[in-house]
Amino acid sequence: MATAFKLPELGEGIKSADVVSVMVKPGDVIKKDQGVIEIESEKASAKVPSPVAGKVAEVRVKEGDKIKPGQVIITVEEGVTAAAATPKQTAPAKAAESKKQAPVAPEPPKAALAISAASDRTPVFASPSVRQFAREIGVNIRTVPGSGPAGRISMEDVKSHARSLAAGQVAASAPPAARPAATPLPDFTKVGEVTREPMNAVRRATAAHMARCWAEIPHVTIFDRADITAAEELRKQYKTKAKAGGGKLTITAILLKVAAVALKTFPRVNASVDMAKQETILKRYYHIGCAVDTPRGLVVPVIRDADKKSILQIAAELAQLSEKARAGKLGLNDMQGGTFTITNLGGLGTTYFTPIVNAPEVAILGVGRATMESSYAEGMCRPRLMLPLSLSFDHRVVDGADGARFLHWIVDAMEKPLLLAMEG
Amino acid sequence: MSDMSDKRVVVLGAGPGGYPAAFHAAEYGMQVTLVDPAISPGGVCLYRGCIPSKTLLHIARVLFESREVAEWGVTFAEPQIDLDKLRAWKDRVVSRLTGGLGSQSRRRQVNSIQGRGRFLNAQTIVVEKPDGSQEQVEFDHAIVATGSQPAVVPGFPVGSPRVMDSTGALLLSDIPKTLLVVGGGYIGLELGTVYAALGSKVTVVEMAKSLLAGVDRDLAEPLERRLKEVFEEILVETRVAQMEVKDDGMHVKLIGLDLPNPERVFDKVLVAVGRKPNSKDLSLENTGVKVNAKGFIETDPQRRTAEPTIFAIGDVAGEPMLAHKATHEARVAVDAIAGKPTVFEPQAIPAVVFTDPEIAWTGLTETQALNQNVSHVVARFPWIASGRATTLGRNEGLTKLVLDPHTERILGVGIVGVGAGEMIAEGTLALEMGARAGDLTATIHAHPTMSETVMEAAEVFHGKSAHIYTPKQDRR
Repeated sequence: MATAFKLPELGEGIKSADVVSVMVKPGDVIKKDQGVIEIESEKASAKVPSPVAGKVAEVRVKEGDKIKPGQVIITVEEGVTAAAATPKQTAPAKAAESKKQAPVAPEPPKAALAISAASDRTPVFASPSVRQFAREIGVNIRTVPGSGPAGRISMEDVKSHARSLAAGQVAASAPPAARPAATPLPDFTKVGEVTREPMNAVRRATAAHMARCWAEIPHVTIFDRADITAAEELRKQYKTKAKAGGGKLTITAILLKVAAVALKTFPRVNASVDMAKQETILKRYYHIGCAVDTPRGLVVPVIRDADKKSILQIAAELAQLSEKARAGKLGLNDMQGGTFTITNLGGLGTTYFTPIVNAPEVAILGVGRATMESSYAEGMCRPRLMLPLSLSFDHRVVDGADGARFLHWIVDAMEKPLLLAMEG
Repeated sequence: MSDMSDKRVVVLGAGPGGYPAAFHAAEYGMQVTLVDPAISPGGVCLYRGCIPSKTLLHIARVLFESREVAEWGVTFAEPQIDLDKLRAWKDRVVSRLTGGLGSQSRRRQVNSIQGRGRFLNAQTIVVEKPDGSQEQVEFDHAIVATGSQPAVVPGFPVGSPRVMDSTGALLLSDIPKTLLVVGGGYIGLELGTVYAALGSKVTVVEMAKSLLAGVDRDLAEPLERRLKEVFEEILVETRVAQMEVKDDGMHVKLIGLDLPNPERVFDKVLVAVGRKPNSKDLSLENTGVKVNAKGFIETDPQRRTAEPTIFAIGDVAGEPMLAHKATHEARVAVDAIAGKPTVFEPQAIPAVVFTDPEIAWTGLTETQALNQNVSHVVARFPWIASGRATTLGRNEGLTKLVLDPHTERILGVGIVGVGAGEMIAEGTLALEMGARAGDLTATIHAHPTMSETVMEAAEVFHGKSAHIYTPKQDRR
């Protein structure tokens, strides 16, 4: 029978100690008073001697543990001396034991070990169907925070984690220490009545991602406006055709196509910065994100290969994605891989604003509300529909002049729709 | 579902890994060829393993119980054993199940080829048929499910009719007066029980310190106590040094501590020292498949081998060598072939020893928890407090839960007692669903059943069992 050796009382006022080192391992034969572990408390560090002699059966603490008096440190099989502990004749028997154990002991299979090797041994706290769902949408279940009792992971947890990942919160699974340091807040209740509401997953993701983009990227924002009087005429003409295709022909849909062609013309705007390698990554694909306001918060579905699609196709796809976004049904795939983003606040009356670049992209186009203005040209004033455009870009890769040329190309293309056909 | 009719899949071996793989692939619409030496699917499990042994263990239990009830005032005459009839019953069970699989296989339009397959390359196998002819089959994907066979001890006279492995023992050719079982693992104990019930005087030798090495001691002990009455002798820390066939029987020399008479004579010897994977004779060297030192084929979590077209499942793909593990892997491998995002990652694989009493466990055992230094507490519910166990006169059982003290999650379940093999299913489901102790206590269990002990063990964890008083467990 093994004896449990517990941590003795450490003296007045000391309630716990940190294990600095463990000096024995299972199978070791130890003498009475031999040091077993080294601990450090607020007051002192000391070796803890074993009160008995024998063979160490198990070690229940490890380096870095905080332990309390009374907690079992090791268990010792008493009466085993150094000589008796290693009889030679048991060696073949032991080998055979492990051989025979093979069919009986349900050791976790190797593959399962490989999967969980990166994390701890604790089984995933989610049912098989939830685990399968996570695999299907490409989410590592071990990074999903569970909302159930004791952290049990539900289907909804996997979905909301996927949404937050998609919103770009790379640091989703990072320890709290990696979050941006929060400035201490004053006690608002001394000033007046307040309520606190917890951030939902999308809010948390947006907060962390935007803070990181803002901190990392040297932003420049430039403004211009496009005369879309002609484009608007065309939009009205083709509106019914787009509707028949299941889409809604909006200025955003047209801008998505225009931006894709502009990006092809200005490859440095369709890029990412690799500061670690001191390289600019130019992308040969044109996936454009479109910010959508939903009841849960901001999400950015991505139109893939926008350069290869017609405006009518884009309109149809955008309508579907926006619908999915509002229903909270976007998959991770719907939100990944963007190379540029368009955000339209025109519907809310905004004109110019300074959008934040959605890293790792390097530019974002903000769209405002088009208004009728009198425009002086060729000796006369005429009413023209003018669209305010704001372009924010990452000055690490895109210089002011590049940005200006890019935005001007877009303005030009909106004013002369044929340009798209000519140069795109 | 997308069209998979152009995928050609070959499955080698039609045991509890191979035939589900073939059927599952056929459900996807793939072109499936199933290769096995036997005419119908079944493999070791159905022909020479799980099924025939359980058929005989049921007879053993009836025999033992008919004797035990004498204590309660019911006496039967000494049973007459018609060995031919008993053997025929066992064979009927086997042929009924394997025949059923054969017709299932035809209905699913699986192309069955009788014979032994080996690889010519990573796209082709050749099958040697019983009539000596050969047939080549090309494939897009192959699944190796060739199972395992009893391990042999070098130097033992394996050719002698007095020496049996598990396959020979299940043939039930006679009932030896005395039987030596070499190996105190589950196979030796199950088959030893059968022969003991039929009248053999059974001696078990085991090299390790105890029977069922690796199983938690508190689960093994009730079985050991009972087996001491059923068997003539159990010799642990003992091994066979020498074995010689003579006219009057097998002359065996044993080596063990304080063994009074190391030289003994037995009518027959059953060698049950484990199983080894069937990875030889497949010409795997013609492919990129990697085999480890123990003979297991190495696979990734989808059961794909180092050769991308070839998968391996079941005993040949690693431990634990259990039929139900193979069946689950079959699904994973076929889903992977179908392009599904799948992976073999069970939270628990149940294991059952079908002795009397049965021992079953799932998930983390207490021994593993201690060895791996996993923070845990154990809640035990001894069957002395189970009403149902008392009605059977079988109070020796024990149900225990291994729990995470912080989250109260169930990490493992171990049971010893009558029916443990059926009861363990609840434990495995609890593990897969991530149940906590409170989930088990809040689930109504039928009364009076042994399954209540699972619920009551969870109540013990909370210190609230109605039938046993335990103070609330220390959570640290």
